[in-house]
Amino acid sequence: MSTIALIAPALRRSPVRIAVWAVPIAVILAVVPWVMDSYRTIQLAYGLIFAIAGLGFNILLGYTGLLSFGHAAYFGAGAYTVAFMVKYLHVQSMELFLLGTIAATLLVTALFGYVCVRYTRIFFSILTLALSQVLWSLAFKFFWVTGGTDGLRVPTPKLLGAAFAESEDKIHFLSHAYYYYVLVVFVVAVGVMWLIVHSPFGKALQAIRDNETRARFVGIRIRRYRFVAFLLSGVFTGIAGALWVPLNGLVTPDALVWTFSGEIVFMSVLGGFRNFTGPIVGAVVYNYLKDFAVGFTVYWQTFMGVVLVVLVLTLPTGIVGTAKLLLATARRRRSQ
Amino acid sequence: MDILVIHLFNALLYTSVLFLIAGGLSLIYGVMRIVNLAHGNLFALGAFVTASAVGQWFAGSTSAALYLLIPTGAFAAAAVGAALEPTLLRPFYRRPEEYQLLVTFGILMILEDVMRFIWGPYPLTATTLFEQMGSIKVGEFIYPRYNLLVITIGALAAVFLWAFIYKTRFGVVLRATSQDMRRASALGVNVNLVYIQAFTIGCFMAGLGGAIIVPGQSAVLGMGVDALVLSFIVVVIGGLGSLDGAMVGALIVGLLREFAISTFPELELAVLYLIAAIVLLVRPAGLFGRTT
Repeated sequence: MSTIALIAPALRRSPVRIAVWAVPIAVILAVVPWVMDSYRTIQLAYGLIFAIAGLGFNILLGYTGLLSFGHAAYFGAGAYTVAFMVKYLHVQSMELFLLGTIAATLLVTALFGYVCVRYTRIFFSILTLALSQVLWSLAFKFFWVTGGTDGLRVPTPKLLGAAFAESEDKIHFLSHAYYYYVLVVFVVAVGVMWLIVHSPFGKALQAIRDNETRARFVGIRIRRYRFVAFLLSGVFTGIAGALWVPLNGLVTPDALVWTFSGEIVFMSVLGGFRNFTGPIVGAVVYNYLKDFAVGFTVYWQTFMGVVLVVLVLTLPTGIVGTAKLLLATARRRRSQ
Repeated sequence: MDILVIHLFNALLYTSVLFLIAGGLSLIYGVMRIVNLAHGNLFALGAFVTASAVGQWFAGSTSAALYLLIPTGAFAAAAVGAALEPTLLRPFYRRPEEYQLLVTFGILMILEDVMRFIWGPYPLTATTLFEQMGSIKVGEFIYPRYNLLVITIGALAAVFLWAFIYKTRFGVVLRATSQDMRRASALGVNVNLVYIQAFTIGCFMAGLGGAIIVPGQSAVLGMGVDALVLSFIVVVIGGLGSLDGAMVGALIVGLLREFAISTFPELELAVLYLIAAIVLLVRPAGLFGRTT
């Protein structure tokens, strides 16, 4: 299929209407380092990184109907790939990190996906969870390779080949140069994911989600499509992991543990997983919420747990879903 | 030869505890079709309650009284389960599975912190019970008697559960609800009551697992999360929703783990997952699972 044919259905969704939303948001994100302090900017960078992971996660949950409870595995795989490249290959270039991460996460997701896509529903969830714990236990036990619970340190990388000047303040670097780097990758990721889910391939995934039997009837090769969706999902999440490491400066097995997978699920549900923008909003909001809760009390987990329980009880469509619902109601009232 | 007996005992010890946790998880899934991610925390709760009952609250009592205190953890877990099911889980039975998993994940986060709040971040022990029983001689090695008690309790629990589910009237109702909730309900079974009972029994088993293991080890934060992941391997091997499966799965995991730990400890978990993956590729529903 030619590229034009792939992109054409996506473009039919009135570019003007999308631009009305996307351009102001892009402008706001671009000026953030100049108006907010560096701490908040770095928090936003974390949020955008988790948003990339959320986008990747949501192609499985929102578009294919598969709930993965093991996405920390791909996030951590990305993060550890960068750390290994630094430690054993002495690479410093961020672009090489991203390429290496894509290759490594493809390998891991292909291996895990081969087993996991044979199942759906709850079995898929616990299988992804169980497999992700293998990587965690390996990172935990092979401490002479992975540093064990001490983790591996990752220094500031070179962006686009430009060396990070020694005199420059690290915080300043992270909240400016690195923030923009993350922002660009984020925008590219959003664009690519948008094209994917609006392409015939994306529509096929949604058909599988809505009715597996009918999708098979019209000739969709279900397991293969699920497998490709799994690969895409893992690679996006892996890229997020790779971007996260330099910001965090350190990778420990905590990036692989399954409760972190739960946090990725939490973000997507917070934003609303039936919307394209849901996981993005959810990730950014989640990150601020957690930052607030951690600074507020040591029992932040209780706070987040209560938020989660209340959320699924009262707002199952998440922030974006609820906002759309309210907007639609308001519009209907006005037209009456 | 003697070392082999020791290894066998260790494997059986592990099997008993794993069966209690995974059996509870599987029972709850079998009846209510819900996978409780907070199940491991109820295991941890059992351990913490028993440890503080034996080690702190009633530390001065006679030793016989202390042994009778072991089940307190199981009853505490059962009480928490009985409170959770009607309040937080019941609204989710008609909702998609994503939400069921998420609400139990939320409960997991809360329970984890509640335990941190009550017992603090330090490990809790109840070793007096473990030490008082002494040990037996196995050839040239010694083996703690308490561990043999745990194995016995695990075996007794399995027998009781089997008798309860296959030989009593309540068991018939439970199995009927598990097979077809609507029809059972139409025949006059109070499904809500069955659900709350099944969930309570499942939590009781998890709590009992924690309660009997704690004198030999100690209660630490995070033990619940680790236990949950191991019991997932058990139910994946044995088949989710099957008690026979939980028994066989626990036995396989117990034996394999003991073998893996004594030969190549780094790969302990990886070997277990590998076996689980192989079982799934050969028998997708697990060894005893029903394909639905």
